[in-house]
Amino acid sequence: MTSPISRGFRGRRPNAGAAARLPPGQYETHDFPVLSAGPTPHTPLAKWSFTLGARGAPSVTWSWDEFAALPHETITRDIHCVTKWSKLDTVWTGVSVDTIIAAGAERGLTPAPYVVAVCDGGYTTNLPLADVTGGKAWIAVGYDDKPLHPEHGGPARLLVPHLYFWKSAKWVRELHFRDHDEPGFWEALGYHMRGDPWKEQRYTGDA
Amino acid sequence: MTSIAETRPIAWRIGTVREIIAETTRVRTLVLDVPGWPGHRAGQHVDVRLTAEDGYQTERSYSIASPPEDPRISLTIERLAEGEVSSYLVDELHEGDTLELRGPIGGHFVWSVRDGGPLMLVGGGSGIVPLMAMLRHRANAPDDVRRATPARLLYSSRSWREVIYRDELARLADADDSLRVIHTLTREPPPNWTGYVRRIDRAMLAEVTWPSSAHPQIYVCGGTPLVETAAESLVSLDYEPTSIRTERFGPTGESV
Repeated sequence: MTSPISRGFRGRRPNAGAAARLPPGQYETHDFPVLSAGPTPHTPLAKWSFTLGARGAPSVTWSWDEFAALPHETITRDIHCVTKWSKLDTVWTGVSVDTIIAAGAERGLTPAPYVVAVCDGGYTTNLPLADVTGGKAWIAVGYDDKPLHPEHGGPARLLVPHLYFWKSAKWVRELHFRDHDEPGFWEALGYHMRGDPWKEQRYTGDA
Repeated sequence: MTSIAETRPIAWRIGTVREIIAETTRVRTLVLDVPGWPGHRAGQHVDVRLTAEDGYQTERSYSIASPPEDPRISLTIERLAEGEVSSYLVDELHEGDTLELRGPIGGHFVWSVRDGGPLMLVGGGSGIVPLMAMLRHRANAPDDVRRATPARLLYSSRSWREVIYRDELARLADADDSLRVIHTLTREPPPNWTGYVRRIDRAMLAEVTWPSSAHPQIYVCGGTPLVETAAESLVSLDYEPTSIRTERFGPTGESV
């Protein structure tokens, strides 16, 4: 279907540099909007842990201090929220999911084709393994050179910047390998299973 | 597992503006005919897409204000400072114009009388919109059903003249002793105002909300500071975090 012209709409065009980096339907924001389905959890660092697990194998768990000892990277990426805003050149620090999976493999955890992230507050999201490996995903603990604020997912959130940002689950605590792609929280409520912003995969049934 | 029937895309549709209602100086409601509209639940939203003559497009999301029982779809839009889309929808769009949209979208911030009560709604500014769809839906229910699902709305606005749906909220509350509407005004209370005159806080929520033992279903919608304050206060007042559903809008979210 061809979209009708919106009579009298001119729009505010992004500059050419930003335009090339904005996926279809997105607009650039300089703020950092907050979106979540419920109250912000506040887990004290002393009680925080991160777990990598698989069905039928003992899981691997890091305390906050153990996690902090893993190699961290600084990541600069554009992020795209399904609610239409994009934010360019955001700067994060975090541990590559490749690092986590390699550490799990040393302790006998074999990767499977999909993962599910589990968070404080009960939020989950599903991802193909290929979308969280090969330098594409991190467990982020810092934003703009500061510890990640609880509203934005602190102490730690998944960061998968090439997919819509609901996949970058806030307050992440666990990553589990799965043999099948099982819908997470938003995916079970009508959002797309993969969520590629460049293909505008916002909702169930989008291409 | 998702079935084929459920994986049809949410289609873009062409709505026609049939009526425009001025709610406040910065807010108006568009009443649209949307042929083929599949129906919605109170609390859901639509994506709106605008197309300029040269093909430039942009999209935004807006909550649906009308209840599921209405044949037409109402969107209540607040003109934001430098709002590329909201200024067009509030200042430019006329009756008879078309508007491209798709939906309904969202399956979490939704309520139906079948979900029961008590229903506790907390809103700020244009965050009232999805909550109003819930109250309108509830008002359409038979008397006995409505009385079995009592509702309260705590609504924060900057001033009395910026209260969206002010007259309708008063009418709904007057006609229904199982509904209470509590206003708080953060900036300019009118003379003789006896209500709250501050931002929503923990003490206010403790005063107006049912006790946690009544297990209210809680919906909070507004800018981020209001939603953060309300949700955290409610958790500290012993309401189950999973009973608190939030929807936030606005970049840094101007506080009301």
